[in-house]
Amino acid sequence: MMLSEAIVPLLLTLKVATLATVFASIVGIAVAKFLGRRRTFARDVVESLLTLPLVLPPTVLGYYLLVVLGHNGFFGAWLMRDFGISLIFTWQGAVIAAAVAAFPLTLRAARAAFSDVDAQLENAARTLGASESEVFFRVTFPLAWRGVLAGALLAFARAMGEFGATLMVAGSLPGRTQTLSLAIYDAVMAGDDARANALVIVSLVTAVVVLLIAARLLQRTQRMTLT
Amino acid sequence: MHRIARSIVISAMILAAAPFHASAADLVVSAAASLSNAFAEIGKAYEVKHPGDKIVLNFAASDVLLKQIEQGAPADVFASADEATMDRAAQSNLVDTLTRKDFAGNTLVLIVGLSAKSPNSLNDLSAADYPHIAIGNPDSVPAGRYAKEALTSADGWEKLQSQIVPTQNVRQALDYVARDEAQAGFVYATDAQTQKDKVRVAMTVPTSTQVRYPIAVTRASKQVDLAKGFVDYVESADGRAILSRYGFSAP
Repeated sequence: MMLSEAIVPLLLTLKVATLATVFASIVGIAVAKFLGRRRTFARDVVESLLTLPLVLPPTVLGYYLLVVLGHNGFFGAWLMRDFGISLIFTWQGAVIAAAVAAFPLTLRAARAAFSDVDAQLENAARTLGASESEVFFRVTFPLAWRGVLAGALLAFARAMGEFGATLMVAGSLPGRTQTLSLAIYDAVMAGDDARANALVIVSLVTAVVVLLIAARLLQRTQRMTLT
Repeated sequence: MHRIARSIVISAMILAAAPFHASAADLVVSAAASLSNAFAEIGKAYEVKHPGDKIVLNFAASDVLLKQIEQGAPADVFASADEATMDRAAQSNLVDTLTRKDFAGNTLVLIVGLSAKSPNSLNDLSAADYPHIAIGNPDSVPAGRYAKEALTSADGWEKLQSQIVPTQNVRQALDYVARDEAQAGFVYATDAQTQKDKVRVAMTVPTSTQVRYPIAVTRASKQVDLAKGFVDYVESADGRAILSRYGFSAP
């Protein structure tokens, strides 16, 4: 197979993983902020429940997403009725599957990063008249963002490799919803080892490049924080 | 602390050992996804008749099963949903061809969701009425190959490309239609029967190759007599009765 054939699933994978990471990060940061600093039993329960997508087998996740987002699911039926949108068998559906699967990683990382910020700094800002959102955006987040970024990187890696949930929700439609991991699976199942190997190489190279870029970014921000 | 560590290690060892605990009389049967319900019952009936023997069933698309056997999966019996896959197994010397038999037949049907229109022919599958049509991936699923063949001879394969949702096995195609995510799908008559209250059979699809199920003992089997016994049981009056109850025809 020509490497050019891998371009379509590669671009799709990058698009899906990037958007999924963005969504997972925004929601993860918001929920981490909402859960706050104080450890309570209720918060631990909520956090455990929100971590389920990471613990459940991806096929179980996919099954429930299919049930919720599908034509007969309450969310899917509402989307269809009021907006004429169907997410099943679309790349947008793949984004949702990957975002849900990756979300616990951004949440956990953001929560840890926020609680590492010295509470006294936040209190100092409050005594100087800063509002809660000012405290968050001007004190907490700038101090915590490297931890948040580390979570986003993990989320991106998880989203790139997403398979089970994506397969059930988005299907494996070549050129439309077939991401690299799905394309590799299809190639192996069809006995096309050459194609599978080519796709694996593309995956590997992409993953290494992404990780290298991330490492460089982290290093640079570290230097900026030190000086 | 030591006690906790020790109990963790011990439970890990027990868990790790469990898969190897399988007794010598475990017979692994790799069967096409469309045989799931019938073979589950045949397996149980066989175990009742042969106490002590255990049938371990492994269901997937036929090509996937062949791939697993090629890679050294410990299957004793292979039951495929088409002759082509069994032919490939025979060519690669993965099955004992002397034990190969056709044991059942089936028909391909076009199913639609309960809320979808009923098509009268394969040319009625317009994009407006049927935006998604679920078909087993022809590269690895026999039901998909039969469907592709039928659609190609009706000049519909190319036209339907944007509507086709390729699935990993025939049961996934059935599931998508049963859930109303796909408006139509190609499955076997026996599959459609398992979801009678969720899908409707619109028509029987003529296939130029008859849908027949061959079975054979694998070359890698270490318990050939046991495996042959199971193959014979599938072909016996008892086995046939179960198969026909699930809608399979005689080969």
